[in-house]
Amino acid sequence: MHPQAHGQSQLEPTVEKTAWEKVQFARHPKRPYTLDYVERILTGFQEIHGDRQFADDPAIVCGMGRLGSQPVLICGQQKGRDTKSRLHRNFGMPKPEGYRKALRIMQLAAKFQLPIITLMDTAGAYHGMDAEERGQGEALARNLREMSRLPVPVICVCIGEGGSGGALALGVGNRVLMLENSVYSVISPESCAAIIWRDKNRAELAAAALKLTAKEMLALGLVDGIVPEPPGGAHEDFDLAATLLKTALQEQLASLSGLSSSELVQDRYDKFRRIGSFFTGDTFSPNK
Amino acid sequence: MAWFKRSTEDKQKPTAEDSSERTVRTEGLWIKCDGCREIIWKKDLEATFNVCSKCSYHFRIDARTRLAYLFDDGVYEEHDKELASSDPLKFVDSKPYAERLELMQAATGLRDALISGTGLLLGRKVHICAMEPKFIGGSMGAVVGEKITRAVERAIADQAPLIVVSASGGARMQEGAVSLMQMAKISAALMRLDEARVPYVSVLTDPTTGGVTASFAMLGDLNIAEPGALIGFAGPRVIEQTIRQKLPEGFQRSEFLLKHGMLDAVVQRGEMRAYLANMFELLVGPVEAAAA
Ligand SMILES: [Zn+2]
Repeated sequence: MHPQAHGQSQLEPTVEKTAWEKVQFARHPKRPYTLDYVERILTGFQEIHGDRQFADDPAIVCGMGRLGSQPVLICGQQKGRDTKSRLHRNFGMPKPEGYRKALRIMQLAAKFQLPIITLMDTAGAYHGMDAEERGQGEALARNLREMSRLPVPVICVCIGEGGSGGALALGVGNRVLMLENSVYSVISPESCAAIIWRDKNRAELAAAALKLTAKEMLALGLVDGIVPEPPGGAHEDFDLAATLLKTALQEQLASLSGLSSSELVQDRYDKFRRIGSFFTGDTFSPNK
Repeated sequence: MAWFKRSTEDKQKPTAEDSSERTVRTEGLWIKCDGCREIIWKKDLEATFNVCSKCSYHFRIDARTRLAYLFDDGVYEEHDKELASSDPLKFVDSKPYAERLELMQAATGLRDALISGTGLLLGRKVHICAMEPKFIGGSMGAVVGEKITRAVERAIADQAPLIVVSASGGARMQEGAVSLMQMAKISAALMRLDEARVPYVSVLTDPTTGGVTASFAMLGDLNIAEPGALIGFAGPRVIEQTIRQKLPEGFQRSEFLLKHGMLDAVVQRGEMRAYLANMFELLVGPVEAAAA
């Protein structure tokens, strides 16, 4: 939860960081979070609260504002900066009501034809009794299905930790981008190591095996682009990091501006439909 | 106890005098129920859909058996059986994933953790996917994702209901984010099935957790479960580590989810066919009308 920051300043700019170093960057306690970007890239931001069913989950922030001249909805997981705010934000791990809030407001945005931007940054959806009782699985699942039919442009950006289903439930977009030092994974390296080697300390090996860096995800065809970060990482210069993100968002929105509602839904469908490689009959050699 | 005595007389329970060879052979014929500790003759258990007739404990069954129970006369046409994992990450843990796959394929006779079939259920054409819990924990990688997605597409094309029987620990770690994205792929396909207004019933069986619960297993027009199945997003051990306390008895079991409004019904395995047939008739009409 509270990793040590790496001495990235000692790294040569030309040296490619290891997967484990990327994990440390993605979790860096000084890394910009959703609201840090929101206040730098949007004007007139107005937060919108609550799922209208149970509660307002502070681990997900939703609201509307202007990106340049374009009104947009933005939602993303929100981590805290100090002990008090970390607890308040539940360490950025949303409960079902957080995902239900996000969906409610995404559907509101769709109703009024606003493009949707999501920022993914979570270790994962919360693993607690209350979350289970209120249907964490159902909340995540519903978001996946309903995001796939939103009739507006949806741009998703992994800004830090893309923690499994808890990230993906805000991640069904026409374009999915990753910040240069973010990671996106089906399981945390620690949990993966605990399963494989019964040893959380081998997370470094697991991180490499999981191919969770932006570069690897792009090579696997699982994301569409990489947003550069300031030298030394996003935490070194919030303003520049936000400018780079804003530029990427505006480019992506422009690239989708010619598509009709049904074309946007089709485009998003096709993007995910293609994912997954497998052998069919001829190329398969069973248990030689 | 009376039942046990009667059945032992009927079925010649092995005695202590039997040769060791006979003991070895007969051991496989008797099974201890995990629910009530009763010793059950295997043939009796099979006659009751692998459900204990004393305590109703539902034994885990493999995907082949599941499909045999659901389709009329156990007959169905299998689809996409040739699909196999390409090991997209070239994943190596304690042994290479490619090797693990070969072992699993040899052990189960399947190429991956799901069988997809089309056949009749009380005379109605249906598509059924059944997950294989013994194949890497019934985990979902690209093959499971693709096979379910294709089954959804078939259901849309011929307007025949879809049933997916889950038994899975979730997304398959060894295929990394490729597995994760299958959750979105299947859920998007189910969006289309929803728009086509073709019924989809998710049957959750023991255990259904992780990325499977967080995608297609919770997206049925009806989400139904077998009694006593463990169903959750996070597994019980993970939750106990998070909250640092023991979970109460029955937490995350089918009956608990029913009580908390997460399931439409808990249905006994032996009643499943009748339940499904009745619901399809109510939702889309009698078989003749649906076929017309
Ligand atoms: Zn029993």
